[in-house]
Amino acid sequence: MTILRLAWQSLLSRKFTSGLTIFSIGLSVMLLVGVDCIRQGAQQGFEGTLSQTDLVVGARGGSLPLLLYAVFHLGSANNEISWDTYQHFAHHPAVLWTIPLAMGDSHRGFRVVATDDNFYEHYRYRGDHSLQLAQGSRAEGIFDAVLGSTVAAQLHYHLGEKIVLSHGLEGSFLKHTADPYTVVGILARTATPVDRAIYITLWGDEAMHYGWQNGAPPLQAVPESQIHKSDLQIKTISAFLLRTRSRISTLFLQREINTYKPEPLTAIIPAYALEDLWSVLSAADIALSLVSGAVLVVGLLVMLTALYSSLNERRHEMAVLRAVGLNARQIFALFIFESTLISAVGAGFGLAAVYLVLFAIRIPVENNYGIPLVMVGISSRVLSYLGAIVVAGALLGFIPAIRAYRNALVDGLSAT
Amino acid sequence: MTPFPEAIHLQRIVFGYNPRRTVLRVDELRVEAGKRVFVYGPSGSGKTTLLGLITGILKPQQGSCRVLGIETTKISASARDRLRGSQMGYIFQSFNLIPYLTVRQNVALPCQVHERRRRNILAATVHEEVERLARRLDLETHLDHNVKQLSTGQQQRVAIARAVIGKPSLVIADEPTSALDSDRRQAFMDLLFEVCDEAGATLVFVSHDRSLMTHFHEQISLGDISRVGE
Repeated sequence: MTILRLAWQSLLSRKFTSGLTIFSIGLSVMLLVGVDCIRQGAQQGFEGTLSQTDLVVGARGGSLPLLLYAVFHLGSANNEISWDTYQHFAHHPAVLWTIPLAMGDSHRGFRVVATDDNFYEHYRYRGDHSLQLAQGSRAEGIFDAVLGSTVAAQLHYHLGEKIVLSHGLEGSFLKHTADPYTVVGILARTATPVDRAIYITLWGDEAMHYGWQNGAPPLQAVPESQIHKSDLQIKTISAFLLRTRSRISTLFLQREINTYKPEPLTAIIPAYALEDLWSVLSAADIALSLVSGAVLVVGLLVMLTALYSSLNERRHEMAVLRAVGLNARQIFALFIFESTLISAVGAGFGLAAVYLVLFAIRIPVENNYGIPLVMVGISSRVLSYLGAIVVAGALLGFIPAIRAYRNALVDGLSAT
Repeated sequence: MTPFPEAIHLQRIVFGYNPRRTVLRVDELRVEAGKRVFVYGPSGSGKTTLLGLITGILKPQQGSCRVLGIETTKISASARDRLRGSQMGYIFQSFNLIPYLTVRQNVALPCQVHERRRRNILAATVHEEVERLARRLDLETHLDHNVKQLSTGQQQRVAIARAVIGKPSLVIADEPTSALDSDRRQAFMDLLFEVCDEAGATLVFVSHDRSLMTHFHEQISLGDISRVGE
């Protein structure tokens, strides 16, 4: 106990160097743990975005791009699915529900997703959370729009607002000015990419492109009042989400969809596609971890340097401690306590900093990059990092301890 | 009164930091318990080495070294450390204090490290004992100061307090007055003798300054008892 107090007071007396050392270790711990927390947070964020969906179906293509555009609104669909094909699977006996998704338009940087009631009814995220309307109602009419919470917050839109959608994504010059949409509902916050989109009906999507030919608008725009549901025919969608009646049939159904003769399709199991994403990212993850590991080694070496270079000025202190009867083990303990304290406080400081930063950047990252970040707990990997840092700190304490002990033997009780 | 008639009894000691190069030979050195002994030796005569052997920091290659009734050549290094901490007080020439502890904490240190020193205090608690000694040594207003704020003379008095707290049987002073001017030297010696007598401790005082010799019961010249470098 006395030794621990001595170690503590000795560190306090060298506040500046101890502080700097703790700071450098803290910073490196922050990097190391931060990489891990962000990776985990993003993983959980992505995984939480979509639940209870067994298959995501799109036109024939890569599974990862399909998942990214259909669920996370990243990238775009390169092909479409015919309405007939969708109807075929929507009424398939093994299917419990489907959510059609038609994408391709945007509004001031936010995706416009055309869907139907099934979306509000069946979409689930983070286990069993369903979508809630914070204000207003679902989009029912052709020119109704429902906003994700981020869209409403960032653009300061309220119910009744008239909005004009653009054809294509960011900065398109083709605006559907003839057909303004009215905000009829705003979704409650989900902390998933759902918040970053505008939802209209499938009819609305068709109406927007009413009279278009070969991807170009008609010369004379058709006024909103002249478009009725009966004039519209839904021809294609971009993708659909699907839940089977029984989990067991997922694989059979996936196979059936992938080999569907009338139209080339791709059906993916979201969790497996995410696994692909993580394995793509794991190389980057390893590289980042290596860099932060190297930074950590530097941090620990800074501590070693600080402790080692303090030895000369501590010769008198060692002589006094030997004179009052501290034995070799206690002298060792003093140095090991000091280095352990530094590394433990540094690790704690780094860990706290990670969570503060994560807490601070979570919302901006989600809003600006659409990457959902979840505040994750301390994983066993992080715990083992922290353990390793403290143990490494303790072991490094042996080096100055050995030197101090040797000095003390040579100096005896005179260090003048 | 003491269980051993001799506080220190060295016989036929041979010591070298390198075993092949002897730096100190002592045929015999006897210090009676309760006495104040002056050990004289010019610089380089092996004073520090001799004190290292008495306090058990060093172990001779040959010979017998009985300190406070214990043959220190036959016990382990940590047992020697325990003997030193629990039954000896040590005063250095200078830099006696741990810089990051207050005066109070410096004085109390031996009691914190050793149960025996804690048991032997005269006052009821260590805290009160430190205050009692501080009053005795005119340090009571400095107890909670940082040691760096003290003058050299004050620091040496703190060193006395730390050396005698918890009634050690043996107090060793290694040139403790060399950093003091002559007026302070006398006052320091008087205080040292008083508190050592109070504690009933044997005092071994090492110096190269023969003028101090007259204050002691016994004088030993290191040159007479040892042959160095033979």
